[in-house]
Amino acid sequence: MPALLEVRDLAVRYDSGPGAPALAVDELSLDVAEGEVVGVLGESGCGKTTLLLAILGLLPGSAHVVRGSIRFRGRELLRLSDTELRGLRGAEISIIFQEPVLALNPVRRVGAQVAEVVHAHRRWSSRRCREEALSMLVEVGFSEPVRIHDSYPHELSGGQRQRVVIAQAIACRPALVLADEPTASLDSTTQAELRALLGNLRSRFGLALLLVSHDLAALAALARRVLVMYAGRLVEAGTPARVFGDPLHPYSRGLLRALPRMLDPGGSLGPRGLEPIPGASPDLTRLPPGCAFEPRCPDRLPACTERPPQDTRPAAGRQVRCFKYGG
Amino acid sequence: MAWLARRIAHGFLLVVGVSVLSFVLVELAPGDYFAEMRLDPRISEATVRALRARYGLDRPLPERYLRWVASLARGELGYSFAYGQPVGPLLWPRVRNTLLLTGTATGLAWMLAVPLGAWWATRRRGVADAGLAGLTAMLLALPDLVLALGLLLMAVRTGWLPAGGMAALGHEQMSAGERFRDVAAHLVLPVTALVLGILPVLVRYVRATVADALGAPFVRAARAHGIPEVRVLLRHALPAAANPLISLFGLSLAGLLSTSLLVEVVMSWPGLGPLMLEAILARDFYLVLGPVLASTLLLVGGNLLADAVLLAADPRIRREER
Amino acid sequence: MEAEPPLVRVCGLTRRYLGRARHSPIVQALAGIDLTIARGSDLALVGQSGSGKSTLARCLVRLEEPTSGRIWFEGTDLLALHGRRLLTYRQRMQLIFQDSATALDPRLTAAEIVAEPLDVLGRGDGRERRRCALELMETVGLPAAWAGRRPLELSGGQRQRLAIARALAVKPQLLILDEAFAGLDASIQAQVASLLQELQGRQGLTYLYISHDLALMSLLADEVAIMFEGRIVEHGVVGRIFADPCHPHTRALLATMPTLPASAGSPAP
Repeated sequence: MPALLEVRDLAVRYDSGPGAPALAVDELSLDVAEGEVVGVLGESGCGKTTLLLAILGLLPGSAHVVRGSIRFRGRELLRLSDTELRGLRGAEISIIFQEPVLALNPVRRVGAQVAEVVHAHRRWSSRRCREEALSMLVEVGFSEPVRIHDSYPHELSGGQRQRVVIAQAIACRPALVLADEPTASLDSTTQAELRALLGNLRSRFGLALLLVSHDLAALAALARRVLVMYAGRLVEAGTPARVFGDPLHPYSRGLLRALPRMLDPGGSLGPRGLEPIPGASPDLTRLPPGCAFEPRCPDRLPACTERPPQDTRPAAGRQVRCFKYGG
Repeated sequence: MAWLARRIAHGFLLVVGVSVLSFVLVELAPGDYFAEMRLDPRISEATVRALRARYGLDRPLPERYLRWVASLARGELGYSFAYGQPVGPLLWPRVRNTLLLTGTATGLAWMLAVPLGAWWATRRRGVADAGLAGLTAMLLALPDLVLALGLLLMAVRTGWLPAGGMAALGHEQMSAGERFRDVAAHLVLPVTALVLGILPVLVRYVRATVADALGAPFVRAARAHGIPEVRVLLRHALPAAANPLISLFGLSLAGLLSTSLLVEVVMSWPGLGPLMLEAILARDFYLVLGPVLASTLLLVGGNLLADAVLLAADPRIRREER
Repeated sequence: MEAEPPLVRVCGLTRRYLGRARHSPIVQALAGIDLTIARGSDLALVGQSGSGKSTLARCLVRLEEPTSGRIWFEGTDLLALHGRRLLTYRQRMQLIFQDSATALDPRLTAAEIVAEPLDVLGRGDGRERRRCALELMETVGLPAAWAGRRPLELSGGQRQRLAIARALAVKPQLLILDEAFAGLDASIQAQVASLLQELQGRQGLTYLYISHDLALMSLLADEVAIMFEGRIVEHGVVGRIFADPCHPHTRALLATMPTLPASAGSPAP
């Protein structure tokens, strides 16, 4: 059975002024099955947002898909017309952006903005769209849907706004939801609530989720597979337990060591964490000819400067792009 | 409605301030109405002085100001030396004619500018973009005077449209329908001159604000939900772009009595413009002050209206004011 | 034990915001804060949005005036100072904000930004100030070659370093970091954190961290004070708070802290 979403060898280029145009994403392949949660871990500039925008055809004018294919339910998305893509967006694939305050129109009531998404894809009366919007607001956990429906974005807290955005995203029961750092701008208790909400909605509606996040806890709790991205490439993939517990790629290892160490339930402090990765973030316009992580890598090999490594499968269910494991 | 009371109070203070300032400035301008008479050797100094005393021009400034304010309270606007009549009856027909001209021109300009500017904002880096940019730049650079004279020249040469004035001879004898058509025909040229003058700035402004709104994150989010492009423009971009446009509209209203001065003079439109020009040249004191006051009232009223509309349109402002 | 007064002492600090219209509620952002920060002992204020932590930071540097209460800095009553004397004390405490992009003037170059406090205080001449600025940039790990870059040409982490360099220009005793790590990538957070540790050793700084991220704070600070609705509900050494939390809000925060397998990240055997 074909996967819900199949990305093969995607490469996206940005025209970035003088100098070589930057490849924001290169040789990217991934699969998302029906109802599966796939996590993408990476830092700014690694291409994760570009990936999500490319799937929906929302790349800005300065970006071009250079090669590759994105198939959704067997249809090649890169060859669809704008009208056909619009039919998909919001209805079969929807997206949750990072900052909820920016995703909502400040001069319109939030309920109308949820209903609008329903209206765009169904031929329903405005009354029915409104009812659907209200029921969506209940689904995302509002106990006073009517009051929220009639509120403006600035009258709601950050967490409430993000719930509204989630309501917009699931309003038409899409099969796949793309989420770009959905909990990043919120404080910790709200983050925990939204993590639980996403898990809840996923099981209730059978959604597949492509979750881009640096919130390890969210990925550990929700994702069945985690992909690590660096400088536009996929450098490691595997289950959260394996990738977090036994990272193969030197970048994954460095990233996990840089995170504040979480306490284990026993209550004793383990190794401290917050170890910086030496060197600077990669400059996509000036990537070295070999592996992009090589300048900062503690496990360098001579081959690393010659050419970029290939994908290898050192164990079942694991994927890594590093010369240490062949490639 | 404390907000409304506050704004009206501000407006009132503004009007008072402007009236005092204009009074003082007109007075400071060298000479007065009777200055030319003094140069005439046949009229004696004593006569001039008597005339001045008769019209109260020899009283101290604060007294004259207060007397004028008092007469305003009675509904009179002072006395014109040149015309020998009270200012009021001279003013109102002229104000009406000017408002007819500028009202039509401003309305037309906005009705053209908003769709044109919004459409332009959706075109990026194409032939349309460059074309409109060039056209508006040209129109902006062209002085209003040249525009007006050019149109007048065209009218005279081709005889298609009446060259100046507001009504043809024998206007009073025409039927209602014919009178309407007559005025309308006379309106075409001055309105065209005015619209061509106002339009370029307006279109560029609309384009800038709509382009800004189209780049906003919530517009991208709306597109990401599959909302059709037309709806994105009308229901998301335009309302968000409305704020600065409403303020600008208030200013447009404020300028209704003053923008057309040049055009009226050139095309002999019997509006406030030619009257004010004459009055200033002749130092016809109260006849100058009348239009200034009327303009100020319109400015204050226009701004108040714009603010009220803003309050109704943008919920964020409502919250601050609360 | 202390012949020397604590670095910062706060007593009964309150901050009330009055509503504008007749029926607007009065917001009590701070409801009686008592706090002591000893020199060399880093404190973290942890709370959710609306707990008042940023308000407290702003009152400490007198960006906002508290409604009542006292603040002593190095034994001097801060609220009694004005004008020139306040300026002297302002140098001793510096504030680093969350959003570096808006905290730095986008039209100035990096060197100008770092030299700005010296300009304001009239220290040295133009050349000296520039030399000082370049030195500070090197201290925080920004190459002198970037002196001519503008803030928006730098990444988030680099901007935070620039903000730190600027704060260091006046040789402060206390550095207040208001959500300074939020919005930064994990590896950049680690880099900035390690820079701060390094600077502390070299320049004898004391840090006051303000954040909602209890996990991060537990690694950076020696003591933690939990804020909730304008009050400090719990205060103590990090280990004790984690081992034996008293207040229900502290327990709630600990419960939402993400947990991973303890062996996460350790190198494969």
